[in-house]
Amino acid sequence: MTEAETALAELTEISSQVEAAVLFDRDGAIAGSTVTDDSAGRVASTARAVLEAAEQIRGQEVTQIQAATGEGSLFVVRDGKQLIAATTGPDPTAGLVFYDLRSCLRKAAAKPKPKPKRRKPAKRTGSKSSGTS
Amino acid sequence: MLFAAGSLLGVGLYARRGRTRERVDLYFADGSMISIAGDSPEASRLIPLARDAIRSARS
Repeated sequence: MTEAETALAELTEISSQVEAAVLFDRDGAIAGSTVTDDSAGRVASTARAVLEAAEQIRGQEVTQIQAATGEGSLFVVRDGKQLIAATTGPDPTAGLVFYDLRSCLRKAAAKPKPKPKRRKPAKRTGSKSSGTS
Repeated sequence: MLFAAGSLLGVGLYARRGRTRERVDLYFADGSMISIAGDSPEASRLIPLARDAIRSARS
């Protein structure tokens, strides 16, 4: 299991509001998702289009978006080159969803911890004592 | 008569409560935030895209 898949599994376990989520980068490469590959590709490309259109409104970098519609909300969060898009039902608790998505992004970007090396048992080099006194 | 008027008002308020107000909230890198109403020209491009994404995720 990759870091992205682990982070998404934790997200869906923690957040009851998130229906679907896709982790991807600015080039559109998908790192992981909770939906089928086909759906993930469409969600990622649409989320990128939303982000680009949003940045044109003020000509400034946008880090978070909530687009609330009658059918539900689309959330997009960016952290550097990594992005996450998530969908919820209508009227989600936006602050909580943003918090969970940012945590997911951080976990997905974290490098896997190296496994602790097993110590070799120390060789006994000393001579055995005779045990006699 | 009063009862009927009260019932109508209640039904109207309940229907209004159930309707989600469409909007787009944008958070910028400098910490500022703007909320755009769903019927504004700026949101007219964003809301249909958001609907597409939500439908794609559910399909």
